[in-house]
Amino acid sequence: MNRREAVSRVALLLGGTIVGAEFFLSGCKVDKKYTTTTDFAPDDVAYLDEIADTIIPTTSTPGAKAAAVGAFMTVMVKDCYEDKDQKIFLDGMKKLNEASKTKYGHEFVDATPEQRKELLISIDKEAKDYSKNKKKEDPNHYFSLMKQLTLLGYFTSQIGCEQALRYKAVPGRYEGCIPYKKGDKAWAT
Amino acid sequence: MPGDTTGVHMNNKGVAQHTYDAIVIGSGISGGWAAKELCDHGLKTLLLERGRNVVHLQDYPTATKNIWEFGHRGRQPFALTKDNPIVARCYAFGEATTQFFVKDQDHPYIQEKPFDWIRGYQVGGKSLLWARQTQRWSHFEFEAPGRDGFAVEWPVTYGDMAPWYSHVEKFAGISGNKDGLENLPDGEFLPPWEMNCVEKHVQQKIHENYKDRPVIIGRCAHLTKPNQVHLDQNRQQCQARTLCERGCPFGGYFSSNASTIPWAEKTGNLTLQTGAVVHSVIYDDKLGRATGVRVIDANSKTATEYYAKIIFVNASCMNTNLLLLNSTSNRFPNGFGNDNGLLGKFVAFHNYRGHVSSQIDGFEEQYYYGRRPTGMVIPNFRNVRKQEMDFLRGYMVVYGAGRFRGQVKPGMDEIGGEYKDALTEAGGWGVHMSMQGETIPKESNQVYLSKDKKDEWGIPQLVTAVDYDDNDEKIVKDFLQQASEMLEKAGCKNIYPNDTKQAPGLDIHEMGGVRMGKDPKTSMLNKWNQFHNCPNVFVTDGACMTSTGSQNPSLTYMAITARAANYAVEELKKGNIKT
Repeated sequence: MNRREAVSRVALLLGGTIVGAEFFLSGCKVDKKYTTTTDFAPDDVAYLDEIADTIIPTTSTPGAKAAAVGAFMTVMVKDCYEDKDQKIFLDGMKKLNEASKTKYGHEFVDATPEQRKELLISIDKEAKDYSKNKKKEDPNHYFSLMKQLTLLGYFTSQIGCEQALRYKAVPGRYEGCIPYKKGDKAWAT
Repeated sequence: MPGDTTGVHMNNKGVAQHTYDAIVIGSGISGGWAAKELCDHGLKTLLLERGRNVVHLQDYPTATKNIWEFGHRGRQPFALTKDNPIVARCYAFGEATTQFFVKDQDHPYIQEKPFDWIRGYQVGGKSLLWARQTQRWSHFEFEAPGRDGFAVEWPVTYGDMAPWYSHVEKFAGISGNKDGLENLPDGEFLPPWEMNCVEKHVQQKIHENYKDRPVIIGRCAHLTKPNQVHLDQNRQQCQARTLCERGCPFGGYFSSNASTIPWAEKTGNLTLQTGAVVHSVIYDDKLGRATGVRVIDANSKTATEYYAKIIFVNASCMNTNLLLLNSTSNRFPNGFGNDNGLLGKFVAFHNYRGHVSSQIDGFEEQYYYGRRPTGMVIPNFRNVRKQEMDFLRGYMVVYGAGRFRGQVKPGMDEIGGEYKDALTEAGGWGVHMSMQGETIPKESNQVYLSKDKKDEWGIPQLVTAVDYDDNDEKIVKDFLQQASEMLEKAGCKNIYPNDTKQAPGLDIHEMGGVRMGKDPKTSMLNKWNQFHNCPNVFVTDGACMTSTGSQNPSLTYMAITARAANYAVEELKKGNIKT
């Protein structure tokens, strides 16, 4: 439970909204401490969920948070990344949050959905420009890693496969040519 | 020293108890066939497998899992990849299949030259993991060494092999189209898989532009429509899942596990022994024949001997070479049957280095359903009827087309709902071509035993000295040019040729070292796969191959094994094999 949830619960217990709760929250809060190691805590997962859900939000189908992409990212960073990419990713969590504070005066998880989207669009452009000129041995951009993991995690999740895409575990047959019209979903696998 | 098992307790419980009519070493694709044929003909057969048992259906733990049920969604943890760089390079090695691959650390070998040796130590061996493509050889491949003057002449012709191809095709279940091609003969086919619309388009353009390049749908060991003989094996129609390497819960593709081994077990003639690391074949100087094999128990490391009238060596190409090199006796001090010094030499493989990717516009209103376990095949079109290129032999071309995912338009913000929805649509079409090149067996491409390094079971480690040569470089270059040109003529764009420079071995088509031939001076095995100088020992896995052709080899191993096993049975009946 984070501070915001804690306060909200108090509000519920008291039978209603605390007047000025937002002021109360922003007035006395301290910065979240995100992990600097691969021992990810629930706050880290919640933060990564918000990043992923900004990249892949709920539309007519559930988004990345519903597909637990934040938790997936932590597993992949811990188990499947080599040391240097782990460090880039962890530093990146900090950098992204700092960028939010600089631009909007509050942390990423406290930014509005519009602010989050605007911020990630600009960081995404920065990452793409960097990657365009990057040599193979140059370090990866942290946001390229976050975005890759978000897309991988979402489109291999049950929600991603069965709802966002089309999925048949057991097709039963192969047909070489079926009609496709604009807007039809692609096959998950 | 011959039979040196220093420090190993000999555990012989009496000869009779350990005596069979036949011993088969290895339960992979060829060993399974040897066991089936021998058991079908009433021979009490001991099938030895160094790994654990993998029982069809019951030992496929990942077979029905969805991708999201894997913690890493099919990817490998970094530590595993780092510790096992060789096997990690194999396309089929992943979170869903780790259990069927040998880890580098567990079974070290020595690479004098880079060689990615991919192994599956379990009942069924790599027949669980194979790519299941089953193209027959034609008379051109069997005649090639004789005609073009490399390696030695094959002692068998296509005519000798054709009935045995039919024999194994009917039982294994091979899908394919009767295409009537001289250089890729038709077989006993179940219905073929379909091409998709882009694959058909590319086919049509290739046919328009090249008279010598027929494009066919690949023949593969999948039950598109099971016959009674397949239902009798308790196998069902392939469900187009393409999760094959996990083991198939439908028995939709052919493996020893789904097919030959349970069949052999049903005869009551099979004894399957797992955890049995074969140390060597035992040769009896007095009797002048092989009498059995020495086995080290994989766990207890104790040695046991088993005896039989005939022995089939099907340990997979490199391990067959290894255990024969390790089978020394007074008669054969340099390895089993090795009077001519050629054992372990003339190892060859398939050249998989060339890949060309491309994209093609249009076809936006067409898609496909299901996942097809094969691709398009263009049989070799180089040096087919005569030598005409500046390299020997040629290559088969394989291609496939599919739609990418995502319709992300230029200028679209690549964050947010619009982006997400764009990613869920089918994207443009890609067409990918790759090669399967013949390599020329040479004496310098060889394997031999380490003089000082042994494995856990006291068996010398194998040293690989196998490399590409100038002929292979020319073939890669020609393929990259020709494939790019074919794709261009088909209207493809963004054509990207790539030489992966992957090491030999990663093709998993290693062959030779115990080659067949007509002359005992220049070959190890005769036309029935018997040692020229010890006719009760047969080698019928990839090690027996005189040359490699450009077709996928497993079907030929199966056919050659069934042929040799039936011959062995006849010879035993006639009393022509000393027992």
